[in-house]
Amino acid sequence: MTIFLAICIPFLMALLVPLMYTFFPKFKIGWFVLIAPLAVLGILASYIPKIAGGQTAIYTYDWVPSLGMSITVYLDGLSMIFSLLISGVGALVILYAIHYLSSKEALHHFYCYLLLFMGAMLGVVFSDNMMVLYAFWELTSVSSFLLIAFWHHRHASRTGARKSMLITVTGGITMLIGFLLLHEMTGTFSIRKTIEQAAILYDHPLFIGALICVLIGAFTKSAQFPFHIWLPDAMEAPTPVSAYLHSATMVKAGIYIVARFTPIFAYGWTWFWLVTFVGLITLVWGSFNAVKQTDLKALLAFSTISQLGLIMSLLGMGSFAYHVQIDTSTIIYTQATFVALFHLVNHSTFKGALFMAVGIIDHEAGTRDIRRLGGLMSLMPITFTITVIGSMSMAGLPPFNGFLSKELFFSSALATASIDMTSLPSIVALVPIMAWVASIFTFIYSCILVVKTFFESPKKLPDVKIHEAPIGMLISPIILVSFVFGIFLFPNTLAKYILSPAMLSIYPQGASQEMMTPHISAWHGFNTELWMTIGVVVAGIILFKLLPKWKGIYNRLPKHLTLNGLFNRALYEAENVSSFITRLYMTGSLRQYMLFVYIVLLGVVGGYFALNDAFNFSMDNNAPIHIYEVILVGVMGAAAIAMLFVSSRVTATVLNGIIGYGLSIFFVIFRAPDLALTQLIVESVTTVLFLLCFTYLPAWKKDRLPSRTKIMNGIISVAVGMTVVAISLSVLHFNEFKTISSYFENAYELAGGKNIVNTILGDFRAFDTMLEVVVLCIASIGVYQMIRLRMKKGGDRHENK
Amino acid sequence: METIMIILIGVLVTVATYFILSKNVIRIILGTALLSHAVHMLILTIGEVKKGEAPILGTDGSTYTDALPQALILTAIVIGFAVTAFVLVLAFRTYKTNGTDNLEEMRGDDYE
Repeated sequence: MTIFLAICIPFLMALLVPLMYTFFPKFKIGWFVLIAPLAVLGILASYIPKIAGGQTAIYTYDWVPSLGMSITVYLDGLSMIFSLLISGVGALVILYAIHYLSSKEALHHFYCYLLLFMGAMLGVVFSDNMMVLYAFWELTSVSSFLLIAFWHHRHASRTGARKSMLITVTGGITMLIGFLLLHEMTGTFSIRKTIEQAAILYDHPLFIGALICVLIGAFTKSAQFPFHIWLPDAMEAPTPVSAYLHSATMVKAGIYIVARFTPIFAYGWTWFWLVTFVGLITLVWGSFNAVKQTDLKALLAFSTISQLGLIMSLLGMGSFAYHVQIDTSTIIYTQATFVALFHLVNHSTFKGALFMAVGIIDHEAGTRDIRRLGGLMSLMPITFTITVIGSMSMAGLPPFNGFLSKELFFSSALATASIDMTSLPSIVALVPIMAWVASIFTFIYSCILVVKTFFESPKKLPDVKIHEAPIGMLISPIILVSFVFGIFLFPNTLAKYILSPAMLSIYPQGASQEMMTPHISAWHGFNTELWMTIGVVVAGIILFKLLPKWKGIYNRLPKHLTLNGLFNRALYEAENVSSFITRLYMTGSLRQYMLFVYIVLLGVVGGYFALNDAFNFSMDNNAPIHIYEVILVGVMGAAAIAMLFVSSRVTATVLNGIIGYGLSIFFVIFRAPDLALTQLIVESVTTVLFLLCFTYLPAWKKDRLPSRTKIMNGIISVAVGMTVVAISLSVLHFNEFKTISSYFENAYELAGGKNIVNTILGDFRAFDTMLEVVVLCIASIGVYQMIRLRMKKGGDRHENK
Repeated sequence: METIMIILIGVLVTVATYFILSKNVIRIILGTALLSHAVHMLILTIGEVKKGEAPILGTDGSTYTDALPQALILTAIVIGFAVTAFVLVLAFRTYKTNGTDNLEEMRGDDYE
């Protein structure tokens, strides 16, 4: 129950924020908001001993029981790591934002979105029910969209928000499909119950589909190649948002999904290949691109992409353990997963600190452009220290936590490369090479970040007096870098209490918790990993010194071939193509719309009859023919055909009248006196109306259509006529059921009338008559209005305005 | 008899379709009037034709023609009339406002 409360607190707080903002306008609203993450942190802290002991906490609230949807809050080791990050970094970010954002901003909006995001993120990591998880997942997308576009008067903010929304929501919906496929396979939405059935799922025909759908959702959210393009553009958000969402929490939601679904999907080889190599490609591509950035936040964004790729690839390597028996000799494979979790925490600490430091530089110097910054070391010593520690940790240098995770990453990569199984192609040998190359680039951009900003003499610094940030802004990054150093000193404490319970979540059938927790030591002798790190440093320094010489390669790739260019082009083309297709049929010409109607009628109705061979007719049951009927038919047919060729509209109207009167004579012949009466009167009035209108309408000009159109119209008309004839003849003697009309012959007994037609109209089916009267009424009111009421002057074109 | 009737209906439908595909408002309205004639005749034909007396009790015959299609046609005639009248006046108003009875010239905006 307390756990359930932890999700609710941010949402409740988000409700209160606008009230507080209205009623206490002088009060700094951020301090009030800070209660939420601290309360969540408190609740979580009380669970740490229980979770560290390998236990879990669960609370279920039935939401839509009939659909199997219940809000199941499930706290285990994995959700513990993420929720601690969310609430811990959340508290620090809010503390930072209190000082970062000026009180002129729309703070109530900002904190409301931020709390919504925090609650949604907690919901994602606590949910056991996939549908609820998906709901929270989309809420993170929406609140992230709102936060990116916080300065919505800027064009770049709106563009960035739209891009990230488009990509993450597309991924989210794909993931929803994956969840529904899983439900189809297992019959449950619960992740835990799905895991129980996991061992038999992997040869189900839907398995690969579900796997790819879920992975696309995770990859889009975690900015994996090629979906990473939204993250650099999302840097238009305020810096606290970038620090929180786009380095520490939201982008790790995809990591969480991969870790959470590993026990379900890892039995298939596809999972291993996809996760590992997409992660590695992202790692290399992200670090390669980070070097060319000139905006500090863009550099950090690409660095985030690359580090997320690193974590992702480690999770992929760790899933190999599902294909072997876990014992002391194979524990090296589960270690990859452990390193993923370890680096996840490390990355959140140093990347959060770096973002905050960059925010401080931006705030104090007024720019984040590397080309304009320089020589800030003496001006901003504390920020400098924070940046150096963060960057060194990012580059994987001792004595910081990044060093530990990088060494472990290398050893996992080496272990993966040495997997010697006939089923694995030698492509796994690439893993440590890619890891090593990416580490070199990581080292280079870390150097750029520090050297270009703080050392080199200033080039075009903005004309402001630069000084150190106020202490309030510095507290959060200082706390984060103290974690960076602290984790280096005591990595095993973190491992024992926080990380190792999560291993049980990822390997539920694996070995014991203690066995899967490696001992992390800073000094592990002269082994391959250490030589690799030394190689990284040496190669990195050389390449950094020679940077101006080889920077040209970044301009080699033509602009329209970049992923961004392709994305924009795809959007542009999608718009063009859809409007082109729409214009193909939305022509604005009534004739063409009617053509579509007739073609569909011919194709669907006529086609159906033709395909089913339903055309059949006989003349056996026909009524006898009299000569005067034949004459009447001949006259009507001739009148109809003549209408096509007359040049005067009055003649056409008269011919139409002939057909109408002919029809009334038919009614007489066919023993329908009431119809004959009505038809005579209506035909007379209609003819009069036509003639009346002609007084006001222009003379009937020849329909000046091209002869091709005329022939086309003729063909369509004849085809429609023939279809009607063929279908009518086929259904003419359809005698499967007896007619119900014998019932109406009791008209006198039931309704007291002798005229059956009239009793039907007035008694048996009087509703029809009533509504028919209404139709007449409406028509007459319409006629009256159209003639009497005019639009006021100037108001005649109020459409499309 | 029915076959001849249906062929006549086919002719009416053909002419009505051809009129509806034109671009002159009056031709289109005439086309719809013709189409409603055709439909009324079709309903009558599909019901039993000439299989008895007029559906008025008290006449000598023992069998009557089917009264239900007749009631349906009666309703349809009136509704068809109401719509025709409305559309005619609409054509008149359109001509007064736009100065044309040509549908191709009656396009509002380029977007449409």
